[in-house]
Amino acid sequence: MKDTPLRSVHLDLGARLVEFGGWNMPVQYGSILEEGKLVRTACGLFDLSHMGRFQVLGRDAVALVDRVCTNHCARIPVGAIRYSLLCGEDGHPLDDLLIYRDQVGVYLVVNASNTARDLEWIRAHAGTLAAEVRDLTDETSMLALQGPRSQEILAQVTSAGDLARIGYYKFGFATVCGLPDTRISRTGYTGEDGFELYLPRAEGVRVWHELMRLGKPAGLAPIGLGARDILRLEAGMALYGHEIDERSNPLEAGLDFAIAFTPEKGAFVGRAALERMAREKRARLVGITTPGPRVPRQGQELFRAGERVGAVASGGVSPTLDTNIGSAFVRLGLDQEGTELELDVRGKRQPCRVRELPFYSRTRKK
Amino acid sequence: MRPNDRKYTKTHEWVKLSGEDVIVGITDFAVQELCSGNEGDLVYCDLPEPGRSLEVGETFGEIESVKAVADLNAPVAGTVLEINVSIEEHMEILSKDPWNQGWLVKLQPRTKGLDAPELMDAAAYEAMISAEKH
Repeated sequence: MKDTPLRSVHLDLGARLVEFGGWNMPVQYGSILEEGKLVRTACGLFDLSHMGRFQVLGRDAVALVDRVCTNHCARIPVGAIRYSLLCGEDGHPLDDLLIYRDQVGVYLVVNASNTARDLEWIRAHAGTLAAEVRDLTDETSMLALQGPRSQEILAQVTSAGDLARIGYYKFGFATVCGLPDTRISRTGYTGEDGFELYLPRAEGVRVWHELMRLGKPAGLAPIGLGARDILRLEAGMALYGHEIDERSNPLEAGLDFAIAFTPEKGAFVGRAALERMAREKRARLVGITTPGPRVPRQGQELFRAGERVGAVASGGVSPTLDTNIGSAFVRLGLDQEGTELELDVRGKRQPCRVRELPFYSRTRKK
Repeated sequence: MRPNDRKYTKTHEWVKLSGEDVIVGITDFAVQELCSGNEGDLVYCDLPEPGRSLEVGETFGEIESVKAVADLNAPVAGTVLEINVSIEEHMEILSKDPWNQGWLVKLQPRTKGLDAPELMDAAAYEAMISAEKH
Protein backbone atom coordinates (compact mmCIF):
# COMPACT_ATOMS: atom_id res chain seq x y z
CA MET A 1 0.00 0.00 0.00
CA LYS A 2 1.27 3.47 -0.88
CA ASP A 3 1.29 6.64 1.21
CA THR A 4 0.91 10.14 -0.14
CA PRO A 5 3.51 12.77 0.85
CA LEU A 6 0.88 14.12 3.28
CA ARG A 7 0.44 10.99 5.38
CA SER A 8 1.86 12.53 8.56
CA VAL A 9 -0.25 15.67 8.06
CA HIS A 10 -3.40 13.52 8.02
CA LEU A 11 -2.35 11.54 11.07
CA ASP A 12 -1.56 14.74 12.99
CA LEU A 13 -5.07 15.96 12.16
CA GLY A 14 -6.56 12.77 13.59
CA ALA A 15 -7.75 11.49 10.23
CA ARG A 16 -9.03 8.00 9.81
CA LEU A 17 -6.98 6.36 7.05
CA VAL A 18 -8.41 3.61 4.86
CA GLU A 19 -7.24 1.71 1.80
CA PHE A 20 -8.42 3.36 -1.42
CA GLY A 21 -7.14 2.32 -4.83
CA GLY A 22 -3.97 0.90 -3.30
CA TRP A 23 -3.28 3.98 -1.15
CA ASN A 24 -3.70 4.85 2.52
CA MET A 25 -6.11 7.76 2.29
CA PRO A 26 -7.96 9.95 4.80
CA VAL A 27 -11.64 9.00 4.65
CA GLN A 28 -12.56 11.62 7.25
CA TYR A 29 -11.05 14.03 9.76
CA GLY A 30 -14.34 14.59 11.64
CA SER A 31 -17.94 14.02 10.69
CA ILE A 32 -18.44 13.14 7.02
CA LEU A 33 -21.74 15.05 6.95
CA GLU A 34 -20.19 18.16 8.49
CA GLU A 35 -17.28 17.98 6.07
CA GLY A 36 -19.74 17.81 3.17
CA LYS A 37 -21.65 20.88 4.39
CA LEU A 38 -18.44 22.80 4.83
CA VAL A 39 -17.46 22.36 1.19
CA ARG A 40 -20.88 23.64 0.08
CA THR A 41 -20.74 26.71 2.33
CA ALA A 42 -17.06 27.64 2.75
CA CYS A 43 -14.09 25.67 1.46
CA GLY A 44 -12.38 22.32 1.87
CA LEU A 45 -8.81 21.18 1.28
CA PHE A 46 -8.24 17.71 -0.17
CA ASP A 47 -5.13 15.59 -0.61
CA LEU A 48 -5.56 13.93 -4.01
CA SER A 49 -1.97 12.81 -4.41
CA HIS A 50 -3.16 9.25 -4.97
CA MET A 51 -4.60 10.13 -8.37
CA GLY A 52 -2.53 9.08 -11.38
CA ARG A 53 -0.82 11.89 -13.32
CA PHE A 54 0.69 11.30 -16.74
CA GLN A 55 2.35 13.51 -19.26
CA VAL A 56 2.19 12.52 -22.91
CA LEU A 57 4.96 14.09 -24.95
CA GLY A 58 6.26 13.83 -28.49
CA ARG A 59 5.16 14.85 -31.96
CA ASP A 60 2.21 12.42 -31.87
CA ALA A 61 1.12 12.98 -28.25
CA VAL A 62 -2.31 14.23 -29.23
CA ALA A 63 -2.75 11.42 -31.76
CA LEU A 64 -1.96 8.81 -29.11
CA VAL A 65 -4.47 10.29 -26.69
CA ASP A 66 -7.05 10.36 -29.47
CA ARG A 67 -6.33 6.72 -30.27
CA VAL A 68 -7.11 5.50 -26.74
CA CYS A 69 -9.54 8.10 -25.36
CA THR A 70 -13.19 8.57 -26.34
CA ASN A 71 -13.18 12.36 -26.31
CA HIS A 72 -11.56 14.35 -29.11
CA CYS A 73 -8.22 15.61 -27.82
CA ALA A 74 -7.23 17.39 -31.04
CA ARG A 75 -10.28 19.63 -30.70
CA ILE A 76 -9.53 20.69 -27.13
CA PRO A 77 -8.15 24.24 -27.11
CA VAL A 78 -4.79 24.69 -25.39
CA GLY A 79 -5.55 25.58 -21.77
CA ALA A 80 -8.80 23.63 -21.67
CA ILE A 81 -9.76 20.32 -20.05
CA ARG A 82 -12.20 17.61 -21.08
CA TYR A 83 -13.59 14.61 -19.27
CA SER A 84 -13.06 11.39 -21.22
CA LEU A 85 -13.22 7.64 -21.00
CA LEU A 86 -10.56 5.10 -21.77
CA CYS A 87 -12.32 2.05 -23.18
CA GLY A 88 -11.35 -1.43 -24.26
CA GLU A 89 -12.04 -2.71 -27.77
CA ASP A 90 -15.32 -4.02 -26.35
CA GLY A 91 -16.35 -0.44 -25.49
CA HIS A 92 -16.43 -1.06 -21.77
CA PRO A 93 -14.65 1.60 -19.71
CA LEU A 94 -11.20 0.81 -18.35
CA ASP A 95 -11.12 4.19 -16.62
CA ASP A 96 -12.35 7.76 -16.76
CA LEU A 97 -9.95 10.66 -16.80
CA LEU A 98 -9.33 14.35 -17.38
CA ILE A 99 -7.40 15.47 -20.45
CA TYR A 100 -5.46 18.74 -20.12
CA ARG A 101 -4.39 20.10 -23.48
CA ASP A 102 -0.98 21.65 -22.89
CA GLN A 103 0.95 23.98 -25.17
CA VAL A 104 3.28 21.05 -25.65
CA GLY A 105 1.80 17.61 -25.17
CA VAL A 106 -1.08 16.41 -23.03
CA TYR A 107 -1.51 15.98 -19.28
CA LEU A 108 -3.80 13.21 -18.02
CA VAL A 109 -5.29 12.66 -14.56
CA VAL A 110 -6.61 9.15 -13.93
CA ASN A 111 -8.01 7.11 -11.05
CA ALA A 112 -5.57 5.80 -8.46
CA SER A 113 -6.85 2.23 -8.70
CA ASN A 114 -6.30 2.14 -12.47
CA THR A 115 -3.04 4.07 -12.78
CA ALA A 116 -0.75 1.12 -13.51
CA ARG A 117 -3.15 -0.50 -15.96
CA ASP A 118 -3.84 2.79 -17.79
CA LEU A 119 -0.15 3.49 -18.19
CA GLU A 120 0.50 0.07 -19.64
CA TRP A 121 -2.57 0.30 -21.89
CA ILE A 122 -1.71 3.70 -23.33
CA ARG A 123 1.93 2.75 -23.92
CA ALA A 124 0.88 -0.51 -25.56
CA HIS A 125 -1.21 1.42 -28.08
CA ALA A 126 1.52 3.84 -29.13
CA GLY A 127 2.68 1.54 -31.94
CA THR A 128 4.73 3.60 -34.36
CA LEU A 129 3.49 6.96 -33.03
CA ALA A 130 6.19 9.33 -31.83
CA ALA A 131 4.81 9.71 -28.29
CA GLU A 132 6.07 8.93 -24.85
CA VAL A 133 3.97 8.58 -21.69
CA ARG A 134 5.62 9.67 -18.45
CA ASP A 135 4.15 8.74 -15.10
CA LEU A 136 4.50 11.81 -12.85
CA THR A 137 2.46 10.39 -9.97
CA ASP A 138 5.40 9.67 -7.67
CA GLU A 139 7.16 12.95 -8.30
CA THR A 140 4.15 15.21 -7.71
CA SER A 141 1.57 16.04 -5.03
CA MET A 142 -1.99 17.00 -5.89
CA LEU A 143 -4.22 19.16 -3.70
CA ALA A 144 -7.72 20.46 -4.28
CA LEU A 145 -9.52 23.46 -2.85
CA GLN A 146 -13.28 23.11 -3.25
CA GLY A 147 -16.04 25.44 -2.19
CA PRO A 148 -17.38 28.93 -2.79
CA ARG A 149 -14.42 30.57 -1.04
CA SER A 150 -11.73 28.67 -2.96
CA GLN A 151 -10.61 31.50 -5.20
CA GLU A 152 -10.35 34.00 -2.37
CA ILE A 153 -8.17 31.56 -0.40
CA LEU A 154 -5.96 30.42 -3.27
CA ALA A 155 -5.43 34.03 -4.38
CA GLN A 156 -3.60 34.71 -1.11
CA VAL A 157 -0.76 32.39 -2.09
CA THR A 158 -0.84 32.98 -5.84
CA SER A 159 1.16 35.48 -7.85
CA ALA A 160 2.15 35.87 -11.50
CA GLY A 161 -1.30 34.74 -12.60
CA ASP A 162 -4.94 35.74 -12.27
CA LEU A 163 -7.23 32.99 -10.96
CA ALA A 164 -10.31 34.90 -12.10
CA ARG A 165 -9.13 34.37 -15.67
CA ILE A 166 -9.12 30.58 -15.29
CA GLY A 167 -12.63 29.52 -16.31
CA TYR A 168 -14.43 26.31 -15.42
CA TYR A 169 -12.62 23.27 -16.87
CA LYS A 170 -9.71 25.49 -17.88
CA PHE A 171 -6.21 25.61 -16.45
CA GLY A 172 -3.25 27.92 -16.25
CA PHE A 173 0.12 28.30 -14.61
CA ALA A 174 1.02 30.69 -11.79
CA THR A 175 3.34 31.01 -8.81
CA VAL A 176 1.83 29.26 -5.77
CA CYS A 177 3.56 29.63 -2.40
CA GLY A 178 6.64 30.74 -4.29
CA LEU A 179 6.59 27.77 -6.68
CA PRO A 180 6.73 29.12 -10.24
CA ASP A 181 4.70 27.60 -13.10
CA THR A 182 2.38 25.62 -10.87
CA ARG A 183 -0.40 23.93 -12.82
CA ILE A 184 -3.78 25.18 -11.55
CA SER A 185 -7.07 23.93 -12.96
CA ARG A 186 -10.60 25.07 -12.21
CA THR A 187 -11.88 21.56 -11.75
CA GLY A 188 -13.06 19.30 -9.00
CA TYR A 189 -15.26 16.46 -8.01
CA THR A 190 -17.70 18.11 -5.65
CA GLY A 191 -20.03 20.24 -7.77
CA GLU A 192 -18.57 23.38 -6.19
CA ASP A 193 -16.30 26.01 -7.61
CA GLY A 194 -12.71 25.14 -6.88
CA PHE A 195 -9.19 24.39 -8.02
CA GLU A 196 -6.82 21.48 -8.34
CA LEU A 197 -3.10 22.10 -7.87
CA TYR A 198 -0.18 20.04 -9.13
CA LEU A 199 2.98 20.45 -7.10
CA PRO A 200 6.43 18.97 -6.78
CA ARG A 201 6.08 15.99 -4.43
CA ALA A 202 8.18 17.50 -1.65
CA GLU A 203 6.18 20.77 -1.64
CA GLY A 204 2.77 19.25 -0.94
CA VAL A 205 3.08 19.48 2.84
CA ARG A 206 4.27 23.08 2.84
CA VAL A 207 1.53 24.26 0.48
CA TRP A 208 -1.08 22.37 2.53
CA HIS A 209 0.02 24.11 5.75
CA GLU A 210 0.20 27.50 4.05
CA LEU A 211 -3.31 27.14 2.63
CA MET A 212 -4.67 25.95 5.97
CA ARG A 213 -3.09 28.85 7.82
CA LEU A 214 -4.33 31.52 5.43
CA GLY A 215 -7.67 29.86 4.71
CA LYS A 216 -8.77 29.26 8.27
CA PRO A 217 -10.46 32.66 8.70
CA ALA A 218 -12.54 31.84 5.60
CA GLY A 219 -13.55 28.50 7.12
CA LEU A 220 -11.09 26.26 5.30
CA ALA A 221 -10.90 22.72 6.72
CA PRO A 222 -9.42 19.40 5.57
CA ILE A 223 -11.92 17.09 3.88
CA GLY A 224 -11.67 13.33 3.46
CA LEU A 225 -12.70 10.95 0.73
CA GLY A 226 -15.96 10.12 2.52
CA ALA A 227 -17.34 13.62 2.01
CA ARG A 228 -15.81 13.80 -1.47
CA ASP A 229 -17.80 10.71 -2.44
CA ILE A 230 -21.15 12.06 -1.28
CA LEU A 231 -20.46 15.49 -2.80
CA ARG A 232 -19.70 13.97 -6.21
CA LEU A 233 -22.83 11.83 -5.97
CA GLU A 234 -24.92 14.92 -5.18
CA ALA A 235 -23.33 16.55 -8.23
CA GLY A 236 -24.17 13.51 -10.38
CA MET A 237 -20.55 12.69 -11.23
CA ALA A 238 -19.55 9.13 -12.05
CA LEU A 239 -17.10 7.15 -9.92
CA TYR A 240 -15.17 4.34 -11.57
CA GLY A 241 -16.18 1.06 -9.97
CA HIS A 242 -19.69 2.38 -9.33
CA GLU A 243 -21.39 4.16 -12.25
CA ILE A 244 -18.89 2.75 -14.76
CA ASP A 245 -16.65 -0.28 -14.84
CA GLU A 246 -15.36 -2.94 -17.21
CA ARG A 247 -18.85 -4.37 -17.69
CA SER A 248 -20.95 -1.26 -18.06
CA ASN A 249 -22.35 0.61 -21.04
CA PRO A 250 -21.15 4.20 -20.52
CA LEU A 251 -24.00 5.49 -22.67
CA GLU A 252 -26.47 4.11 -20.14
CA ALA A 253 -24.52 6.11 -17.54
CA GLY A 254 -25.22 9.31 -19.50
CA LEU A 255 -21.60 9.82 -20.53
CA ASP A 256 -22.36 10.59 -24.19
CA PHE A 257 -20.73 13.99 -23.69
CA ALA A 258 -17.39 12.23 -23.15
CA ILE A 259 -17.53 10.23 -26.39
CA ALA A 260 -16.82 11.85 -29.76
CA PHE A 261 -18.74 9.98 -32.45
CA THR A 262 -17.93 12.64 -35.06
CA PRO A 263 -16.22 11.70 -38.35
CA GLU A 264 -13.32 14.04 -37.51
CA LYS A 265 -12.48 12.06 -34.40
CA GLY A 266 -11.64 9.06 -36.56
CA ALA A 267 -10.92 5.58 -35.30
CA PHE A 268 -10.28 5.00 -31.59
CA VAL A 269 -10.15 1.97 -29.35
CA GLY A 270 -13.71 0.81 -28.69
CA ARG A 271 -15.42 3.06 -31.23
CA ALA A 272 -17.34 0.36 -33.10
CA ALA A 273 -18.50 -1.28 -29.90
CA LEU A 274 -19.59 2.06 -28.42
CA GLU A 275 -21.58 2.91 -31.55
CA ARG A 276 -23.41 -0.37 -31.13
CA MET A 277 -23.86 0.22 -27.36
CA ALA A 278 -25.42 3.61 -28.13
CA ARG A 279 -28.19 1.74 -29.99
CA GLU A 280 -28.56 -0.96 -27.36
CA LYS A 281 -29.33 1.03 -24.26
CA ARG A 282 -31.68 -0.82 -21.94
CA ALA A 283 -31.32 1.20 -18.77
CA ARG A 284 -30.43 4.71 -17.70
CA LEU A 285 -28.52 6.09 -14.77
CA VAL A 286 -30.86 8.14 -12.58
CA GLY A 287 -30.94 9.47 -9.06
CA ILE A 288 -33.06 7.90 -6.34
CA THR A 289 -34.19 9.36 -3.06
CA THR A 290 -35.72 7.35 -0.29
CA PRO A 291 -37.66 8.53 2.76
CA GLY A 292 -36.81 5.28 4.58
CA PRO A 293 -34.06 4.76 7.15
CA ARG A 294 -31.73 2.63 5.04
CA VAL A 295 -29.06 4.17 2.86
CA PRO A 296 -28.96 2.84 -0.73
CA ARG A 297 -25.75 0.85 -1.30
CA GLN A 298 -24.06 -0.40 -4.44
CA GLY A 299 -25.54 -3.66 -5.71
CA GLN A 300 -28.91 -3.39 -4.00
CA GLU A 301 -31.72 -4.18 -6.41
CA LEU A 302 -34.73 -2.07 -7.33
CA PHE A 303 -38.18 -3.55 -7.83
CA ARG A 304 -41.46 -2.47 -9.30
CA ALA A 305 -44.57 -4.62 -8.77
CA GLY A 306 -42.42 -7.56 -7.73
CA GLU A 307 -40.16 -7.40 -10.78
CA ARG A 308 -36.48 -6.49 -10.70
CA VAL A 309 -36.06 -3.29 -12.73
CA GLY A 310 -32.70 -1.90 -11.69
CA ALA A 311 -29.76 -1.77 -9.32
CA VAL A 312 -28.02 0.81 -7.19
CA ALA A 313 -24.62 2.09 -8.34
CA SER A 314 -23.79 4.43 -5.43
CA GLY A 315 -25.52 5.65 -2.32
CA GLY A 316 -25.07 7.83 0.70
CA VAL A 317 -26.55 10.25 3.16
CA SER A 318 -26.81 13.63 1.50
CA PRO A 319 -25.75 16.50 3.76
CA THR A 320 -27.13 19.00 1.26
CA LEU A 321 -30.56 17.42 0.68
CA ASP A 322 -30.72 15.96 4.20
CA THR A 323 -31.97 12.61 2.95
CA ASN A 324 -30.68 9.28 1.72
CA ILE A 325 -29.77 9.35 -1.96
CA GLY A 326 -28.34 7.07 -4.59
CA SER A 327 -27.60 6.63 -8.24
CA ALA A 328 -29.11 3.63 -9.98
CA PHE A 329 -29.46 2.01 -13.36
CA VAL A 330 -33.18 1.73 -14.03
CA ARG A 331 -34.84 -0.02 -16.97
CA LEU A 332 -35.92 2.38 -19.73
CA GLY A 333 -39.57 3.27 -19.34
CA LEU A 334 -39.31 3.38 -15.56
CA ASP A 335 -36.60 6.03 -15.54
CA GLN A 336 -38.82 9.12 -15.46
CA GLU A 337 -38.61 11.54 -12.56
CA GLY A 338 -41.10 10.64 -9.85
CA THR A 339 -41.43 6.93 -10.68
CA GLU A 340 -42.00 4.98 -7.47
CA LEU A 341 -39.76 1.95 -6.98
CA GLU A 342 -38.80 -0.32 -4.13
CA LEU A 343 -35.27 -0.68 -2.81
CA ASP A 344 -34.40 -4.17 -1.60
CA VAL A 345 -32.25 -4.12 1.53
CA ARG A 346 -31.53 -7.78 2.29
CA GLY A 347 -35.09 -8.83 1.67
CA LYS A 348 -36.72 -5.79 3.25
CA ARG A 349 -38.35 -3.36 0.84
CA GLN A 350 -38.12 0.38 1.24
CA PRO A 351 -39.88 2.87 -1.06
CA CYS A 352 -37.78 5.12 -3.26
CA ARG A 353 -38.39 7.55 -6.06
CA VAL A 354 -36.58 8.34 -9.30
CA ARG A 355 -34.96 11.78 -9.61
CA GLU A 356 -32.99 13.33 -12.40
CA LEU A 357 -29.28 13.73 -11.76
CA PRO A 358 -27.67 15.83 -10.51
CA PHE A 359 -29.23 16.25 -7.09
CA TYR A 360 -27.27 19.43 -6.68
CA SER A 361 -26.04 22.11 -9.04
CA ARG A 362 -24.50 25.33 -7.77
CA THR A 363 -25.48 27.15 -10.95
CA ARG A 364 -29.01 25.82 -11.35
CA LYS A 365 -31.27 27.06 -8.58
CA LYS A 366 -34.43 25.07 -7.99
CA MET B 1 -9.09 -1.77 29.75
CA ARG B 2 -12.46 -2.91 28.51
CA PRO B 3 -14.94 -4.44 30.99
CA ASN B 4 -13.93 -7.90 32.13
CA ASP B 5 -17.43 -8.92 33.21
CA ARG B 6 -18.25 -10.21 29.73
CA LYS B 7 -16.86 -12.02 26.67
CA TYR B 8 -16.00 -10.72 23.21
CA THR B 9 -16.21 -11.98 19.63
CA LYS B 10 -13.87 -11.58 16.68
CA THR B 11 -16.59 -9.50 15.01
CA HIS B 12 -16.64 -6.99 17.90
CA GLU B 13 -19.79 -7.98 19.75
CA TRP B 14 -19.81 -8.42 23.52
CA VAL B 15 -21.98 -10.85 25.48
CA LYS B 16 -22.69 -10.71 29.19
CA LEU B 17 -24.60 -12.95 31.59
CA SER B 18 -27.74 -11.44 33.06
CA GLY B 19 -29.31 -13.97 35.39
CA GLU B 20 -30.44 -16.90 33.26
CA ASP B 21 -30.24 -14.76 30.12
CA VAL B 22 -27.50 -12.99 28.19
CA ILE B 23 -27.33 -9.49 26.78
CA VAL B 24 -25.43 -8.61 23.64
CA GLY B 25 -23.96 -5.37 22.36
CA ILE B 26 -21.09 -4.07 20.26
CA THR B 27 -17.77 -2.74 21.49
CA ASP B 28 -16.49 0.80 21.48
CA PHE B 29 -14.04 -0.34 18.81
CA ALA B 30 -16.92 -1.40 16.53
CA VAL B 31 -18.66 1.93 17.07
CA GLN B 32 -15.43 3.79 16.36
CA GLU B 33 -14.89 1.82 13.15
CA LEU B 34 -18.36 2.82 11.99
CA CYS B 35 -18.44 6.49 12.86
CA SER B 36 -14.93 7.57 13.97
CA GLY B 37 -16.29 9.27 17.03
CA ASN B 38 -18.96 11.21 15.14
CA GLU B 39 -22.18 9.89 16.57
CA GLY B 40 -24.18 11.91 14.02
CA ASP B 41 -22.71 9.65 11.33
CA LEU B 42 -24.59 6.62 12.73
CA VAL B 43 -27.81 6.40 10.78
CA TYR B 44 -29.64 3.15 11.35
CA CYS B 45 -29.86 0.06 13.51
CA ASP B 46 -31.85 -2.99 12.43
CA LEU B 47 -32.65 -5.40 15.28
CA PRO B 48 -34.48 -8.77 15.15
CA GLU B 49 -38.05 -9.58 16.17
CA PRO B 50 -38.36 -11.05 19.65
CA GLY B 51 -38.94 -14.80 19.40
CA ARG B 52 -36.39 -15.31 16.63
CA SER B 53 -34.01 -18.19 17.13
CA LEU B 54 -30.32 -17.55 16.42
CA GLU B 55 -27.38 -19.84 15.80
CA VAL B 56 -23.85 -18.97 16.90
CA GLY B 57 -22.42 -16.43 14.46
CA GLU B 58 -25.75 -15.85 12.73
CA THR B 59 -26.35 -12.30 11.53
CA PHE B 60 -29.29 -10.92 13.48
CA GLY B 61 -29.16 -7.28 12.50
CA GLU B 62 -27.19 -4.46 10.98
CA ILE B 63 -25.81 -1.14 12.04
CA GLU B 64 -25.38 1.48 9.39
CA SER B 65 -23.29 4.61 9.39
CA VAL B 66 -22.90 7.26 6.73
CA LYS B 67 -20.09 5.27 5.17
CA ALA B 68 -20.64 1.60 5.98
CA VAL B 69 -22.94 -1.19 7.10
CA ALA B 70 -21.82 -3.65 9.79
CA ASP B 71 -23.45 -6.99 10.53
CA LEU B 72 -24.49 -7.87 14.05
CA ASN B 73 -23.64 -11.50 14.77
CA ALA B 74 -24.89 -13.69 17.60
CA PRO B 75 -22.07 -14.54 20.06
CA VAL B 76 -24.10 -17.50 21.38
CA ALA B 77 -27.09 -19.50 20.16
CA GLY B 78 -30.46 -18.62 21.65
CA THR B 79 -33.83 -17.01 21.29
CA VAL B 80 -34.36 -13.27 21.16
CA LEU B 81 -36.28 -12.19 24.28
CA GLU B 82 -36.07 -8.45 24.03
CA ILE B 83 -34.46 -5.70 21.96
CA ASN B 84 -33.30 -2.25 23.01
CA VAL B 85 -36.00 -0.20 21.27
CA SER B 86 -34.47 3.12 22.28
CA ILE B 87 -31.42 2.54 20.06
CA GLU B 88 -33.23 3.08 16.76
CA GLU B 89 -34.22 6.62 17.69
CA HIS B 90 -31.10 7.37 19.70
CA MET B 91 -28.11 5.93 17.90
CA GLU B 92 -25.86 8.23 19.92
CA ILE B 93 -26.31 5.92 22.91
CA LEU B 94 -24.00 3.50 21.11
CA SER B 95 -21.16 5.95 21.09
CA LYS B 96 -21.82 7.32 24.59
CA ASP B 97 -22.21 4.04 26.45
CA PRO B 98 -21.78 0.90 24.36
CA TRP B 99 -21.25 -1.23 27.50
CA ASN B 100 -24.50 -0.65 29.42
CA GLN B 101 -27.17 1.63 27.94
CA GLY B 102 -26.08 0.61 24.43
CA TRP B 103 -27.06 -3.05 24.79
CA LEU B 104 -28.82 -4.35 21.67
CA VAL B 105 -30.58 -7.66 22.37
CA LYS B 106 -31.34 -9.96 25.26
CA LEU B 107 -31.20 -13.67 24.44
CA GLN B 108 -32.36 -16.81 26.18
CA PRO B 109 -29.19 -18.86 25.54
CA ARG B 110 -29.44 -22.46 24.34
CA THR B 111 -26.60 -23.53 26.63
CA LYS B 112 -25.51 -22.10 29.94
CA GLY B 113 -22.34 -20.10 30.45
CA LEU B 114 -19.95 -18.22 28.21
CA ASP B 115 -17.21 -20.82 27.97
CA ALA B 116 -17.23 -21.41 24.21
CA PRO B 117 -13.63 -21.37 22.97
CA GLU B 118 -14.33 -18.75 20.30
CA LEU B 119 -15.34 -16.18 22.93
CA MET B 120 -12.49 -14.02 24.20
CA ASP B 121 -11.97 -12.30 27.53
CA ALA B 122 -11.15 -8.58 27.61
CA ALA B 123 -7.38 -9.12 27.48
CA ALA B 124 -7.57 -11.46 24.47
CA TYR B 125 -9.95 -9.06 22.69
CA GLU B 126 -7.63 -6.14 23.26
CA ALA B 127 -4.69 -8.12 21.97
CA MET B 128 -6.72 -8.90 18.83
CA ILE B 129 -7.68 -5.30 18.06
CA SER B 130 -4.23 -3.94 18.71
CA ALA B 131 -2.97 -6.50 16.18
CA GLU B 132 -5.72 -5.39 13.74
CA LYS B 133 -4.66 -1.76 14.01
CA HIS B 134 -1.05 -2.46 13.03
